[in-house]
Amino acid sequence: MRHIISILMENEPGALSRVVGLFSQRNFNIETLNVAPTEDPSLSRLTVTTVGDDRVIEQITKHLNKLVDVVKLVDLTEGNHIERELMLVKVKALGAARDEVKRTVDIFRAQVVDVTPSLYTVQITGDAGKLDAFLQAMAPVGILEVARTGVSGIARGDKVLSL
Amino acid sequence: MELLSGADMIARFLQDEGIEYIYGYPGGAALHIYDALFRQDKVKHILVRHEQAATHAADGYARASGKPGCVLVTSGPGATNAVTGIATAYMDSIPMVVLCGQVASHLIGEDAFQETDIVGVTRPIVKHSFSIRHPADIPEVLKKAFYLAATGRPGPVVVDIPKDMTAPTERYEYIYPKKVKMRSYNPVTRGHTGQIKKAVELMLKAKRPVFYTGGGVVTGKASEGLTDLVKQLGYPITTTLMGIGSYPQSDRQCLGWLGMHGSYESNMAMHHADLIIAIGARFDDRVTNNTSKFCPTAKIIHVDVDPSSISKTVRADVPIVGPASSVINEMISLVQGNAVANPEALTEWWETIDGWRADREGKLYERSGPGEILKPQEVVEALCRVTRGEAYVTTDVGQHQMFAAQYYKFDKPNRLITSGGLGTMGFGFPAAMGIKQNFPEDDVVCVTGEGSFQMMMQELSTCKQYGVGVKIVNLNNASLGMVRQWQDLNYKSRHAHSYMESLPDFHMLIEAYGFTAITVNTLDELEPALERAFANKHELVFLDVKVDPFEHVYPMQVPLGAMRDMLLSKTERT
Repeated sequence: MRHIISILMENEPGALSRVVGLFSQRNFNIETLNVAPTEDPSLSRLTVTTVGDDRVIEQITKHLNKLVDVVKLVDLTEGNHIERELMLVKVKALGAARDEVKRTVDIFRAQVVDVTPSLYTVQITGDAGKLDAFLQAMAPVGILEVARTGVSGIARGDKVLSL
Repeated sequence: MELLSGADMIARFLQDEGIEYIYGYPGGAALHIYDALFRQDKVKHILVRHEQAATHAADGYARASGKPGCVLVTSGPGATNAVTGIATAYMDSIPMVVLCGQVASHLIGEDAFQETDIVGVTRPIVKHSFSIRHPADIPEVLKKAFYLAATGRPGPVVVDIPKDMTAPTERYEYIYPKKVKMRSYNPVTRGHTGQIKKAVELMLKAKRPVFYTGGGVVTGKASEGLTDLVKQLGYPITTTLMGIGSYPQSDRQCLGWLGMHGSYESNMAMHHADLIIAIGARFDDRVTNNTSKFCPTAKIIHVDVDPSSISKTVRADVPIVGPASSVINEMISLVQGNAVANPEALTEWWETIDGWRADREGKLYERSGPGEILKPQEVVEALCRVTRGEAYVTTDVGQHQMFAAQYYKFDKPNRLITSGGLGTMGFGFPAAMGIKQNFPEDDVVCVTGEGSFQMMMQELSTCKQYGVGVKIVNLNNASLGMVRQWQDLNYKSRHAHSYMESLPDFHMLIEAYGFTAITVNTLDELEPALERAFANKHELVFLDVKVDPFEHVYPMQVPLGAMRDMLLSKTERT
């Protein structure tokens, strides 16, 4: 099963490599990875999506917790949560397809953020499934480039991941 | 206010931390630190002949004393040579702090002379690592390093020190940090009371219980408590290789150690148990054999200070995260005054176990006949007699390691010093050196083989320099015995590169360093030679004992089988 694990860790050199290294060292899998400092500059928040059965996920969270740089973590998929990813896509927009692309962008509630005579750059946010669907819809027109941030997430309701 | 250079802070910190010996080897990036050590006399630096030996010596000391070992090496090759020793300590959870010189900050990343990203290289084999970014940070970083190394589940910590951080011209305020606080590191101090209660209920109700305890009891200094608990309950106990001595082996309740080359009765008892009480052990593959066939009828209580060890390979029914000592003490207070629920079942269980014991009594190996080449097992038994079972015994890795663990009887923890997790050949001799320096009045013996010994024999020179009187028992079968055994069993005796061509004349080699060597060929020479070797505590003596190259280590678990599936000799199996 797919899990989204969010980690608060020391914003220090080497911390990221310890987390990433742990996954390869222990043969765990990383689907997406996303990391940035938080409102507290001494902390970074890292979100990783991974796939594994309960036993593997238990080991992943235990080993992550063991890293000295990891302050706190949560498996967001254990409860209700909001999952978002941002994607920038350059698609061909020529002739009749130009209107069709714009219509699809609107249907997906995406935005065109840059325009040239031959292409649109589209910004879209949502969960991974929505982004995949948009790419599928654009495939016949011609996708030139894709930049995805990887999943970020937060728990619904009063639950807070903080110190 | 005291102003010190980074290098002087390091020397001063080590003094304040109570470090007596530091093992190392100088080089460009570490020279400021070496100069600071030279200008003081409290911390004694031991110059080894290879950085790997520095880590093993510090590791040996740490295992024997329970305190962190300390190592100082230079950048690049100095640090990479230490890697095997760091990995050895990591796998066996041994507290150690390794200070590595590094090229100056402005050169980092430029492929400077003797530059290696040692924090990167060692990342998967350390508990944690630090890079010094400012000289003023040195006292706090070192305090954190020693704190991390020694607490929770212990392990090695690397501190990378760029040369400019130790420059004599830059001075900063030095205060010894008495305490350290890290928001992201809070090792657990006790187990969950509810879980412990649940465990004790199961323990009292069990019909065929076995204690299975490991190195965590030794490093967690919980041997006394464990012995109390096991004696109160009257249950059988088996330990892992790393747990040997945490319960006295001469006691009737001790079944010996378990696993691939563990005792017949240990493995049989584990397989048939209805309750396994695992404390400070990690169910590794050399213990469990095939996990899907592991102990089919047993419920499992697992106590470990490291939550990631629990349910890693074998699912625990009652997991307890906590240090062995405090959990055991809580268990003792809950057990006290409570009788076991099934005393008849327990009596029956002991009858079964005693039956297994009797099955193998006197059949463990065939002794040598008159005039025949010695069996390695006989040598270890004689060694145990001569040293009254009280020596610190270090080993290298292979057949001799298993024989030492099987035939020397340990009644105290921290006495068998062996590389269990990583299985590092070359570990034994430098480890013995580190122990002997710190326990000069005790007998320290390295049981080794001619293959392993040659991996670290340059340390004879270090022993000469510092007058280290370790004894070396070289079980010389002129072959890599364990490799050869596997080739006999799995490769139709095709001995690919498992024999040692062109062995040196060990007698001459040892004498070249000014030490005594004794060659032993027969049984009647053996004990007198051992007596002679141990007569003087402060003299290094090397025993070159010629032993049977055809001998195998038994029992040996059958690959992919259950605990009870064992080869018992070249012709018998369960």
